[in-house]
Amino acid sequence: MNVIVDGSPVTARSGQTVAAVLHELGQTSWRTTRRSGRPRGIFCGIGVCFDCLIVVNGLPDVRACQRLVADGDVIATQYGVRLPDEAEVAR
Amino acid sequence: MAAMSGPSGSETVVVVGAGIIGAACAEALSARDIPVIVLDRGGIASGTTSRCEGNVLVSDKPAGPELDLIRASRAEWPDLLARIGASDDVEWEDKGGLVVATDEDTAAALAQFAAAQRAVGVSAQPVDAHDVRGLEPHITPDVCHAVYYPQDAQVQPVLATTALLRAVRQRGGSVRSGVTVLGVHHDRHAGGIRAVVTDQGEIGCAAIVNAAGPWAGQLSDRLGAPVPVQPRQGLILVTAPLPPTVRHKVYDADYVGAVLSGDAALQTSTVVESTAAGPILIGSSRQRVGFSDRIDPAILFEIARKAIRLFPALRSVPLMRAYGGLRPYLPDHLPVIGPDLRVPGVWHATGHEGAGIGLAPATGRLVAELFTGAPPHLDPAPFRVDRPSLGRVA
Repeated sequence: MNVIVDGSPVTARSGQTVAAVLHELGQTSWRTTRRSGRPRGIFCGIGVCFDCLIVVNGLPDVRACQRLVADGDVIATQYGVRLPDEAEVAR
Repeated sequence: MAAMSGPSGSETVVVVGAGIIGAACAEALSARDIPVIVLDRGGIASGTTSRCEGNVLVSDKPAGPELDLIRASRAEWPDLLARIGASDDVEWEDKGGLVVATDEDTAAALAQFAAAQRAVGVSAQPVDAHDVRGLEPHITPDVCHAVYYPQDAQVQPVLATTALLRAVRQRGGSVRSGVTVLGVHHDRHAGGIRAVVTDQGEIGCAAIVNAAGPWAGQLSDRLGAPVPVQPRQGLILVTAPLPPTVRHKVYDADYVGAVLSGDAALQTSTVVESTAAGPILIGSSRQRVGFSDRIDPAILFEIARKAIRLFPALRSVPLMRAYGGLRPYLPDHLPVIGPDLRVPGVWHATGHEGAGIGLAPATGRLVAELFTGAPPHLDPAPFRVDRPSLGRVA
């Protein structure tokens, strides 16, 4: 299947989490902290710590370690905090 | 059993409960040079204090004794924080409250409620529907009337409790967690009590203050001075950290009805506020379920649904978690503050239901004033334990 990661097309396999897709690309960070802008990626890897948050299809704060990729997903780095993009979420 | 070490003695006051109310009582007593020992069966702020919203609300109280108490307490909060050097440590926010109505009947009830508050001196400023979005840009366009309460504030309750207990320790008092109070020893010669009996020994003292929150009813039985405090559960949702989205404490005007009801059945009413850390807290419910800490998902859905009605921008925002807390509830919706004349030496400071954070400073101050014989800063009579509205308490 095909997904978009920060604007670039990427091939992914069914059953992979968003975090697995990114790690396979060699990417270990996909969020910046909201105050000091420091990089964050996988920490606990089991859905508890909410550190690996990322934007998927306009919805921020998605846990990359829990979310399975779906064909056509638009995945984007999460800079700090933001509200969901309702138009993109609805689509 | 052996006596416990520490500053126990014939002058000491033992405060039971290391939540906000116990901490405020201990701070006020120690500020008047009374030796205090704070005991808690669990840890500091491990009960209701860590499972609430940190409300300091003038807005939700109708004219009457609880409004008098919160107005005194609201005025006391900044002074108290300054006195203990904690003004910048406890996420105190003078953010103001906005109460909104989305239908004409509720709007009329809200206008009437606010007019009665203004008559006794509360700042309750009517806001026209077309001005509401200037105060809260994300609020629903369905608001037809609102009232702005500049005195409403917010504080992080665990930090505030910790700061109060730090001041107590700095004055020589002590705070002990994991200690269960079993009863008291009476002083047969002098009257009153001479010691508190715990699961870890006895503590010599002159008085004991029951600040055990939802568990105050159980403790009061053990002290031979029963007060009918019952737990009432409230549930709160926590969103992911968000950019600034909600500026004030915003709540639906039907909140007042839910707080003032004694009905055992579930009631929910919308309260939405941001926190200094970023997440938004969404409350809340009221339900009498005993001491159960079980969370009913159906209630969470209802709270979320009503919050989205007020703030449509929250529709897709993820929730990180939900928590429930027990509120110490008395049937006439007023706290008990002061001595219990049935058992000299036993004092109560409990039953504040969902308003304990806001009411803590005035409660502590009143206890200390009554204990030392100083003139009280407000009339203590409505909060007496032997008031007629508590029924069976003789």
